[in-house]
Parts: sequence; C-alpha cells; structure tokens
Amino acid sequence: MLLYIAPVFLPLIGAAIVGLFGRVLGDRPAQIVSCVAMGAAAITAIIVFNNVVMQGEVQQIYLFNWISSGDFQVDWALRIDELSAMMMFTVTIVSFLIHVYSIGYMAHDPNVPRFFSYLSLFTFFMLALVTADNFLQLYFGWEGVGLVSYLLIGFWYKRPAANAAAIKAFVVNRVGDFGFALGILAIYLTFGSISFDTVFAAAPNMVDVDLEFLGGSFDALTVICILLFVGAMGKSAQFLLHTWLPDAMEGPTPVSALIHAATMVTAGVFLVARCSPLFEYAPIALAVVTFVGATTAIFAATIAITQNDIKRVIAYSTCSQLGYMFFACGVSAYSAGMFHLTTHAFFKALLFLGAGSVIHAMSDEQDMRKMGGIWKAIPLTYTLMWIGSLALAGVPFFSGFFSKDIILESAFAAETGLGYYAYAAGIAAAILTALYSWRLIILTFHGKPRADEKVMAHVHESPAIMTVPLILLAVGAIVAGYLLLPMVGSHSDFWGTSILVLPHNNALEGAHHVAFWVKALPTIVAVIGILAAYYLYMTKPQLPAMLAERLRPLYLFSLNKWYFDELYDWMFVRPAKYLGHGLWKQGDGGVIDGIGPDGIAAAATAIARRVVKLQSGYLYHYAFLMLAGVAVIITWYLILG
Amino acid sequence: MIEFSAPDYLTALPEMFLATVSLVLLMVGVFVGNRSTKLLTWLSVVAMGAAFIMVLVGSHAPSTTFFGMFVSDSFSIFMKCLVLIGAAVTLIMGMGYVKRESMNRFEFPVLILIATLGMLLMISANDLIALYVGLELQSLSLYIVAAFRRESIRSSEAGLKYFVLGALSSGMLLYGCSMIYGFTGFTGFHEIAAVIGHGGGDAHGVAPIGILIGLVFIAAALAFKVSAVPFHMWTPDVYEGAPTPVTAFFAAAPKIAAMALFLRVLLGPFHELVEQWQQIIIFISIASMVLGAFAAIGQRNIKRLIAYSSIGHIGYAMVGLSAGTPDGVRGVLVYLAIYMVMSLGTFACILAMRRRGQMVERIEDLAGLSKTNPMIALALAVFMFSMAGIPPMAGFFGKLYVFLAAIEEGLYALAVIGVLTSAVGAFYYIRIVKVMYFDKPTEGFDKPMGAEISSVLAVTGFVTLFFFVYPTPVIEGAQAAAALLFP
Repeated sequence: MLLYIAPVFLPLIGAAIVGLFGRVLGDRPAQIVSCVAMGAAAITAIIVFNNVVMQGEVQQIYLFNWISSGDFQVDWALRIDELSAMMMFTVTIVSFLIHVYSIGYMAHDPNVPRFFSYLSLFTFFMLALVTADNFLQLYFGWEGVGLVSYLLIGFWYKRPAANAAAIKAFVVNRVGDFGFALGILAIYLTFGSISFDTVFAAAPNMVDVDLEFLGGSFDALTVICILLFVGAMGKSAQFLLHTWLPDAMEGPTPVSALIHAATMVTAGVFLVARCSPLFEYAPIALAVVTFVGATTAIFAATIAITQNDIKRVIAYSTCSQLGYMFFACGVSAYSAGMFHLTTHAFFKALLFLGAGSVIHAMSDEQDMRKMGGIWKAIPLTYTLMWIGSLALAGVPFFSGFFSKDIILESAFAAETGLGYYAYAAGIAAAILTALYSWRLIILTFHGKPRADEKVMAHVHESPAIMTVPLILLAVGAIVAGYLLLPMVGSHSDFWGTSILVLPHNNALEGAHHVAFWVKALPTIVAVIGILAAYYLYMTKPQLPAMLAERLRPLYLFSLNKWYFDELYDWMFVRPAKYLGHGLWKQGDGGVIDGIGPDGIAAAATAIARRVVKLQSGYLYHYAFLMLAGVAVIITWYLILG
Repeated sequence: MIEFSAPDYLTALPEMFLATVSLVLLMVGVFVGNRSTKLLTWLSVVAMGAAFIMVLVGSHAPSTTFFGMFVSDSFSIFMKCLVLIGAAVTLIMGMGYVKRESMNRFEFPVLILIATLGMLLMISANDLIALYVGLELQSLSLYIVAAFRRESIRSSEAGLKYFVLGALSSGMLLYGCSMIYGFTGFTGFHEIAAVIGHGGGDAHGVAPIGILIGLVFIAAALAFKVSAVPFHMWTPDVYEGAPTPVTAFFAAAPKIAAMALFLRVLLGPFHELVEQWQQIIIFISIASMVLGAFAAIGQRNIKRLIAYSSIGHIGYAMVGLSAGTPDGVRGVLVYLAIYMVMSLGTFACILAMRRRGQMVERIEDLAGLSKTNPMIALALAVFMFSMAGIPPMAGFFGKLYVFLAAIEEGLYALAVIGVLTSAVGAFYYIRIVKVMYFDKPTEGFDKPMGAEISSVLAVTGFVTLFFFVYPTPVIEGAQAAAALLFP
C-alpha cells in the first residue's frame, strides 16, 4: 500500500522540505532533495504502472474521511487504475527530467529553492488530481495545479509582464473552474454523491433524468458533461478560453515544458477520459467536445505559423495538439486521446526544453527573427529539436505519428458529420503543424545569423545536466509510440474498466478498418508541410515576407491571434473595469461609505451632541423626566394593558 | 393565643455582625477623632472580609427569618459576595485619595460600611417593608458620602441632586408599595406572589390595573437606583461631582445591590406578571443601551464618560432580565460580576490620574500614556476593550450570555439593537485606547501610584484578561443563584 501512496506524496514531502527550509539548506541541497524525491516518485510510479497496467492490479486506497456533513460524505482515497497509473507514469517521469534540467537552467537564479519547491508542489497536485477517487478530490488537485501554475508563471514577479500573465492565467482558468464547480454541484444534485464509483455506476440510469433550472428543464447528464467540459476547456486552453496559455510563456521555460505542455494542460483531456462513463451517455456533450477540439486544433495552428517568439510558436502548437486530444475523446476514442497525451508529453517537453536550450545559448533571446545560423554551434540541441519536430509533425516511426494517425482515423471512422469535420480540421492542422515546426527550425538554426556578434560569440551548447534529460526525452519521443501502441490496439484491454466506450460509439475499432487513403493522408500532408517550409524559408527566404505583404489582412489576423485578446479586452476587461471603477467611486465611496461608515459616524456624533444637551444640569429637568417616564409607562399599560 | 419565639438570628449573621461593627467603629472614631481614619478603613475592610466569609460558609439552603421578612439563599449569597468585594476594594483603593484630598474624616469608612449593610439588607429583603428599610439605609449613607467634600461645590451639588432625586424615587417606591398592599393585602413577597398567582381576584386571570400601576412605580424607583434611562439623569452629574473613590463605590456596589433587588422583586412577587413587566424592561433596556452609547461619545471628562458607560452596561444587563428565563438571569449575574471587576479596574486607573499632586479627569490627559506609564495604559486598554465587548476579554462573555438568552427567547430586535449599540459604544472605548497609544505624550502621571491601586489594577486586569480561561466558579455560582428564582 505504501508503494501506491509514495509517488503521490513524495513530491509533497520534497516540496515541503525545500519550501520551508530552502534558505537554510542552500541551493544545491535543495536541488538534490527535490530531485531525489521526484526520482523516487518516478521509480515507484513505474512499479505502480507495471503492477496496475501490466499485472492488472487495480487499487483503491482509502486514506481518511475528508468531509462528513449529513448526507455529504467525502473520503480521501487514491484510485489507482490503468488511467491514473498511466498519468502517474507520465507525470512523474517528465517531471523528474524537468527537475534535473532545471538544475542547469535555473542555475543563475537567486530563488532556486522556491522554484524547486513550486515544481515539486505542482507535481504533487497533479498526482492528487489524477489519483482522485471523487470529484472533490479531483477539484482539489485541479485548483492546486492552477495555483502553482499561477505562482510559476509569475515566478519572476519583478517583471510586470509575468505578473499580468499570471493573473490572466488565473482569471481565465477561474471561468473554466466555475463551470467545473457547477458541474460537481450538478452531479451531487443528480446522483446524491460525488464519488466516482457511485456516480459512474448510476450513470446509465440517469439518461432520461432532467435538471430543473430557472423554470427550464435540461437533460441532466448533458448539462453535467458540458459543465465539466467547460472546466476542461479552461485548464486545457481550448478555443475561447485559450488566451492565457501563450501568455503563460512568461514563466521560466522548464515551467512551460512541465505545466503548460506536458502535464497540467492535459488535465482537461484526463478529466474527459475519466468521466467517459458520463460522457458516453451524453451524445450532445460529446459533439460539443468534438467541435471545440477540432476548431482549436486548426485555429491554434493558424496562429502558430506567424508567431515570432519561439516559445509562443510551441505554445500555440500545444493548444492545437490539445485540440486533437479532445476531438479524439469527442468521437469516443478516449484511449487515442490518452495515447496522444502521453506521446505529446514527451515530444512537447522535448521541444520546450530544446527551445530553452536555444534561449540559453542565445543569451535569453526568444525572438526567432534575431536567431539563425547557429546549428553548427549547438548541434546536439539542433538534433533534438529535429526529433521533437518530427514527432510533432507525425512523421512515420516517431511517436506522434502513431498517436495522431489513430486520432484522425478514429474521427473519420466515427462516420458523423462532426467526425468528418474533425478529420478535415485535423488534416489541415497537420499541414500547418509541419509548416510551423520547420519554420521554427529553419528560422532558428539556419540562414544567416541575425543576432549581434556579442551574442553569436557566446553561443554554446548547454551543460550536460540540461542535455541529458533532453536526450532521455528524445528517446521517449521516438519509442513511446511503439511501446504504448497497445493502448489503442484492436481488442486490447490496456485500459481495463477505467475507460468506458459504448459499443455503438466504438470509433476506435473502426479506425483500424478505414480506407488506406485515410491512413496515409496525415503522413502525406506532413511531408508536404515540411517541404513547403523548406521551400519558403530555406530556398526563397524573401517569399514569406512577400506573402505576408500580399495577404496582409490574413497575416495580421493570424499574427494578432485572431484579435482574441483585443476582443476580450473590449468585451470583458474594460466593462469590468468601468463597472468596478463605478462601483468603487459611486457605489462604495458614495453610497456605502456615505451612508454606511461615514454617514453612521456623522449621525452618531450628531445624535451624541443632541443627547448631551438633554443633560441640562437643572434638577427640575431631571425630576420632570423621571415623572414623565413613569407617566408614559403607565399610560402604555392603561391603553394596551 | 399568640405564640412568640425569637427570630433565627443566625440566618442574618453577616448583617448583624456588620451592624454591630459599624456602631463600634463609629464609637472609636468619635473618641479617637480623624487620626483613626486609616485604622477604621482597614478595620472596615476586615469586617467586610469577615462578613464575606460568613456569607460564604452560611447555609446555602433557602431560609427565612424575622417573620419571613429576611431571606438567605444562593441568590443572596452570590450578590452579597459581589457587593462585599466591590465595597472592600473601593475602600482600599480610595485610601490614598482620602488621605490627600482633605477627606480624611473618620465618618467616611463607617458610612461606607453602613451603606454596605443597607445593601446586604436589600439583597435579602423578602418583604416590601424590609426592602424599603434596606434601600433607605443604603441611600441615606450614599447621599452623605456623595457630598463628602463639603468645601467642593461640585461635590455638594452632586450630593444634593442625588438626595432630592433619591427622595423622589423613594416616594415613588412607597407609593408603589402602598398600591401593591392595597390590591393584594400583603407586603411579604411570597404572599403577594400567591395572590397574583391566583389571578389577583380577576376571573380571567388578569391582574388588576392597580397592581400593574404599583409595579410600574416600584420598577421606576429601582430603575432610578440602577440608573436606567429615563431615570438616569442624576448619574453623570453625581459621578462627575462626587469624590472619585465615592464614584467608584457607586459604580461597583450599590448598582449591584439595586439590580439584585430588581431581580428579586420582578421574579419573586411579580413572577406571574412576566409578560407585563417584560415590556417595561425591554423599553428601559433599549433606552439605556442607546443613550449610554451615544451620549458617552460627546464626553471629555472620563468620570462622566464612565457614568454614561455604566448606564449602557445596565442596559445590557437588562437584556438578560428581559428574557425572563433562568439563562437570562444567569447572564445578568455574570454580567454584573464582570462589570464590577472592569469598573473597579477602570476607577483604579482614574485614581492613578494624578499630575503634580492634582487629580486630572479629562480624556486628553491620557494622551501618550503608553509612553509615560505603560502599565496603567495597558491595564486601561484591557478594561476598555473588555467594556467594548471585544473577545477574549471578560466583557465579551458578559454580553454573550445576555444576548444568547435574549435570542433564545426570540427577542431578536433587542439583541440586534444591543449589538449595534455596543458597536457604537466601542467607538468611545477604543478612542481612549487610541488617545493613550497614538497621541503625542504629555506629562506623565505622578509616580508611584501607590501599592493599593497597583495591586487592585493588577488583580482586576488579570481577571478581565483571563476570565475566559476559568470562568466556571462565576458561571456556576450565577447558575445556582438564577435557578433559585425559578422554582
């Protein structure tokens, strides 16, 4: 039993030690403590993975009763099934590698212990999230990762941009979390429990149950699933709630890699997969998931092709890939989504950390327009970026190829209108993915150096403490596809009972039997994308600029991220500000202070002044008042008594 | 055939003892003269201490004597203990003042002793006549001590005002008593209660209006003694004008005795009329709380401020009485005990306000006290926070119990008004703390303040601050006393 608890709580112990005693310990011991704790967590997580997934020993470990209030009973228990074991496996390994990488990357930062404490704390919350046994526990982890994400985006709190980005991430996530919280309330209202076992077991009986709200009547499961999905949209930066993710790149690069690519942002996908027993009975909600996922996939890719900040390109790429995962879930191919989640964790962490290595080499420059011509100086990073990009683009035999293909095939095999839409969007996004990936590689590494000489003279390969984790991630990015293929295999019981797919929804099974062109198209378009990038940026470097000039409105639309930030600023931020300012000046200052504290205080002194005047000092006044008092009381009785 | 048997004197042992001692001490004073003041003071304190022990070891079982006019029970024991402590402590801490401020006359401790005796008789009164005798014995002594500094115009004015208004209230009391006697035919509390309990002759069980009018007059007179609005007018003038030790005594002992009498009368003979007198008490309570809160804001003299504060406190205590339940009465008793401690402590601070040999009484004289006399400032801050009802000071619990009792009886409006006025009241209490801690220091007070005052300050401050740690003796005593009034 201890074995199953260890991976969850070791990071917490590490975080507590480093966070509380970091200053006393010093930087190096703090790094060692958190890395050792994470390493131990990763090893135990691998054992757990072996026991649970390979041997099929699904566990449910009761820790303690958390909340007990009337009918509302919440336990704290760990649910270690195939789904959570898979997540634990991915999270701890990627987190461990990023911890190690951070030793090198954050070497010159004055707040090393704080950084490591946050990283470990994040890992704990993420693990608490994936091992949750009920919705509230999941919510705990969900809010916890949100909190640490906020702390880490604003890690360099002296930068105004970092603070703004942290607040933005928190607020946008709050919108999603509100939906999630409502979803949990709706679940309790409908099922009378928030424990996974009870809720999932009862789901088939709730198909025709309605929720009454504001006089309207809505299908309970659809409402619940859509609300849960709103939460997932926020956390996973899906279309409309995506605006925080690119800004989150203000945080240190290891944070972008761990939280904003490999793990936290995938929590939404995990949530949908975890709740598959609910979503399966809510076809409308599944349609919404498919639509939003597919739209995000293509939408984010169109933005990524014009961004100049190396991290933002990868951030939009993450957004787009999350879209793939969601529409996979939307067509009931949850395991395909989870498969892509896992492979993506490896190659996206690799890309981010590789970008970090580039940034490190370029003396903290992030703008690709000021890079170029450095591939000879940092060949290892260059190679690793290639591997990451090949995996991302879905080039055969790299991990992304397997997972992306199965997703697209599942979408096609769903044989619904939305399924075809998702397939089309996915193919289009695949071309763009290849295009922006190689645009990134070429702009960053090839062509003439565009940085100044001082920077160029300083370009150097990162130390081994950074490159070794990169190499390990690269290995993962190559082989994870083969090794984990059983996840989506035909008639495979990799996931046991942790994922439910109704027979008539089995798109995944259909995916193995689609026409050949459906299977080949993703690869073909990826190659087309790569060639196009090569032609545009290598052979004819002046062409992109010309194109941008020709198609200026389109170019600006993409460069400015479809103007979402401006739109939200106009729609929400400004009105909220005006409203707040108005309420502050007129409402609080004028009405509440005026009538409330200030008014009452003024009234009190005025009353006091008058009351004091009653005390005239004349004896006969006093005597008169006494007699008058008696008279009044007696009159009272004579009339009412 | 008329049987005659001697009354059981043992039941009234503390009173008999104090009466004897006061006469003996008076003789000593007459023969030795003013030199003996200090000795007489200490002897009076010792006599009170002895009476205290007699009260405590005496039988707790209810017993009556003097043909049912005098009763001793757990209620009277609790109240007598409070009164004796209050009286003894004020005597002790007033000693320095008495010596310095040309009050060094032997009558002072003896008068205080006699007033205390009157209070004990009031507390044990079980008959309208006994009630009146005890009340007058107390009041006459108090009129004199209020005017004890004959050369001071303010002191004489205070005494005279108190006397005239007191006489008026005595008149009301007697008038009320005569109404009650006329309509019930009895003066003993038990007999009156029995008559009223049987419907007072009315077929519908409604008491005759004459009894109600009598009740109103008696209540008015008692309200005068506890200085509840609208019978409070004497309080600020007398508090300000009387010598400070006398004011301290006024705030501590007579109020408690009068409140005891109030409880005894309303819950004894008039227990059945609870629905009627409840309305009076609620009115008095609200009026007192509101006036106490607002009028104190305008005060510059600290004794006057405390006078208004005491009016407010009586209002809060009345909240418990309004409930008319054992819990409510327990709340009143706890409130009185805590109030007595706080007010003794506050007056110890005021007695220490002496600059270059002169007493000062203005609030701005406290400016910067935290720098010049940090210990007094700390103690006064504790008392002020406690009076404002801020947890965990004792005053908070006093308010808590009475408000809880009121809420349990469904008197929500009363409780809400109480809470609101205590918020207003917090303003002037905390303003004193602000003056002491944040205003620019002026000249410090004379040092040393004297062992008596500093020890009183230490004990009362300690009790106020740490009451919450071990409140059991007070709560249980009050519980037992309250239970007795609800047979």
